[in-house]
Amino acid sequence: MHLLELKHIRKHFATQKAVDDISFSIETGSIFGLLGPNGAGKTTLLRIITGIFNPDEGEVLFEGRKFDPAKDVSLIGYMPEEKGLYKKMKVGEQALYFGQLKGLSYSEAAEKVRFWFNRLEMNTWWNKKVEDLSKGMHQKLQFIITVLHQPRLIILDEPFSGLDPVNANVIKDEIFRLAKEGSTIIFSTHRMEQVEEICDHIVLVNKGKKLLDGSVHEIKQEYKEHVYSIELGASSSLPVDTDIYEIISHKGSRYLFKMKESHSGNEVLDYLIRRNIPILSFNEVLPSLNDIFIKLVESTPASRQFETVS
Amino acid sequence: MNKILLIIKREYLTRIRNKTFILSTILTPLFFIALIGATAYFSNSNSEELHIGVYDESGLFTQKLKSNDNIRYTSVPQMIYDSFVMKNPVDPYNGVLHIPVIDVEKPSGIEYISDKQLGIFSQAQVNDDLNDVLEQERMIRANIDTVKLAAIKLNEISISQKIVGDDEDSKTANAAVSSAIGYISGFMIYFLMFIYGTMVMRGIMEEKVSRVAEVMVSSVKPFQLMMGKIIGIGAVGLTQFLIWIALAVVGSIIFGSSLSPQHMQQVAEAQQQAKGVAVANLMNDVTAQVNVPFLIGAFVFYFIFGYLFYASLFAAVGSAVNEDPQDAQAMMFPITIPIIFSIIVMTRAIGNPTGALAVWCSIIPFTSPIIMMARLPFGFPGTVAWWELTASVVCMIGGFLFTTWLSAKIYRTGILMYGKKASWKDMLQWVVRKS
Repeated sequence: MHLLELKHIRKHFATQKAVDDISFSIETGSIFGLLGPNGAGKTTLLRIITGIFNPDEGEVLFEGRKFDPAKDVSLIGYMPEEKGLYKKMKVGEQALYFGQLKGLSYSEAAEKVRFWFNRLEMNTWWNKKVEDLSKGMHQKLQFIITVLHQPRLIILDEPFSGLDPVNANVIKDEIFRLAKEGSTIIFSTHRMEQVEEICDHIVLVNKGKKLLDGSVHEIKQEYKEHVYSIELGASSSLPVDTDIYEIISHKGSRYLFKMKESHSGNEVLDYLIRRNIPILSFNEVLPSLNDIFIKLVESTPASRQFETVS
Repeated sequence: MNKILLIIKREYLTRIRNKTFILSTILTPLFFIALIGATAYFSNSNSEELHIGVYDESGLFTQKLKSNDNIRYTSVPQMIYDSFVMKNPVDPYNGVLHIPVIDVEKPSGIEYISDKQLGIFSQAQVNDDLNDVLEQERMIRANIDTVKLAAIKLNEISISQKIVGDDEDSKTANAAVSSAIGYISGFMIYFLMFIYGTMVMRGIMEEKVSRVAEVMVSSVKPFQLMMGKIIGIGAVGLTQFLIWIALAVVGSIIFGSSLSPQHMQQVAEAQQQAKGVAVANLMNDVTAQVNVPFLIGAFVFYFIFGYLFYASLFAAVGSAVNEDPQDAQAMMFPITIPIIFSIIVMTRAIGNPTGALAVWCSIIPFTSPIIMMARLPFGFPGTVAWWELTASVVCMIGGFLFTTWLSAKIYRTGILMYGKKASWKDMLQWVVRKS
């Protein structure tokens, strides 16, 4: 069952095609990664999904029917990349206000806010003004505001920016828990290691076009370059004179090699065993999403600048 | 609808609870009372009392210059005059008036010698006093009986106006009272529109800069957010105005009973001396002359719709600019022109409330809140005809609907645009483009 389906979405602004014929669908209860360099059209796409923008062409289906921003807005929780709250307002009041704007009654909102404040250990903040919060605290409050009304679809744009590792883990656990309880999550980021860890399915966009669509596993398989790593017993070395593989690098008795076409791992093992070379470990090295991301984005002509991830 | 109410509530409560609101609500009337009190005090207690020595060589003025509250004239010998000339002032004189032998028909050469300059009023007073004596002297020489002349000049006329109209109980009108009320209402609308209009603009800029706007518009429609803000802030303005009305009523009851009529008279005289607005007199006349509840009703109407009209425009500007306050200033300029123009027209409208300029400007919604409020105290129906008020009200409501529609279009796009500020051309495109 698809929670959300985008069909041939286009959105043009005066000077550029922000979204140019993008389609994809998101499974209910999955964690979906929307990736792309800065200016790729991610924010526009997210704004279309949240109903802030109407697409010029194409349609958005929510649970199989046409998305109606006026009604369905309470089913969505959106945390934009640029986090924003009313600075002069108190933390508790602010959370209540946004909860009510999402359609909760005052008492429901109060109950939920208390629940979440307990959960994320924020009870003592209730009467603090938002301008007095640290960036991490600000982020936690923003997260609570996003998920307070138990939305079916939670959209998180760079949810970990500015969080220390401890708090990032707290939020990450909450994301997993919410997904397990049935919420669907769209996760937008540049941080590929987080995507590999969290997302089931990803879409990569650049310059308004979709470059990649699939599960993390599938994509890695698709982009694998048949690179293997092998560790041999002490004082053994990998033979060079073979046409099964080509050595890329080595460090002591740990080797990285690329398999030549139409050969398999078994052939390598067979070849080494026959020569009585002791093998301590052998595994395939799949490309990181980061590598795939950079490779695809850089191969798009005249791609714009984006942050490389260390 | 429920969401607009939530937004209105937030905008209203955060501002009402703010210390600035409480202070400005209390301090503004106090400031005005202090201002009126101060002018009354300073014009009443004449700070400067001059003692002038008169060294009269002509003999024409001796014993004839009349001392008054401000200036005392005393004849002095040449010795004292010489002393002043030698830069040696002699107590108790502030200065010496030297009158040489002069021709009564062509007097010249009269000098005032002192180490301190005379104030402009004192100088005028001395001139008047000298001229009076001279005039008397000339009349005597022309064989005119001064006593007879004084009798002839007695009891000059001061006309009173009676305005007749369809209204049965036509009232005696006092142009000064109407003008004063016109000025006060016009200026109050002006200030309220300006203060609360720019408050809307700043509020929207703040939402845009702090990026809270994007979180908001994922929950509510941009139009709801804009209208919630405009209405919430307008309610703050209305609250402030009603508090002032209440304070004025309470104040006039308290002061009315504690101040003796004599006291009031004194204040009134002081006011007239200062050539200012006869506020105290006015207070007595207001209730007798104009329909106060009608005026307050009209004021509330023109405040609300004038505010809504301009606040929407200010909202559009707020959504189109970014952090830079200078951009906001530049974009605000075209909006402030008609408001300032209204104030200029207002002075003419009060001078001639039935002139074509006044009539048309009280109908066009850009100027009508201020101009109509300046005209209404001159009488309705009468000075302001039924059709004029109706046309003005209809245009005002229509104008408000138009600016709101226009601004909503600009706001919807502007609020999410970051980076460079929008040009007029961009904004026009946002308006024309279909949603």
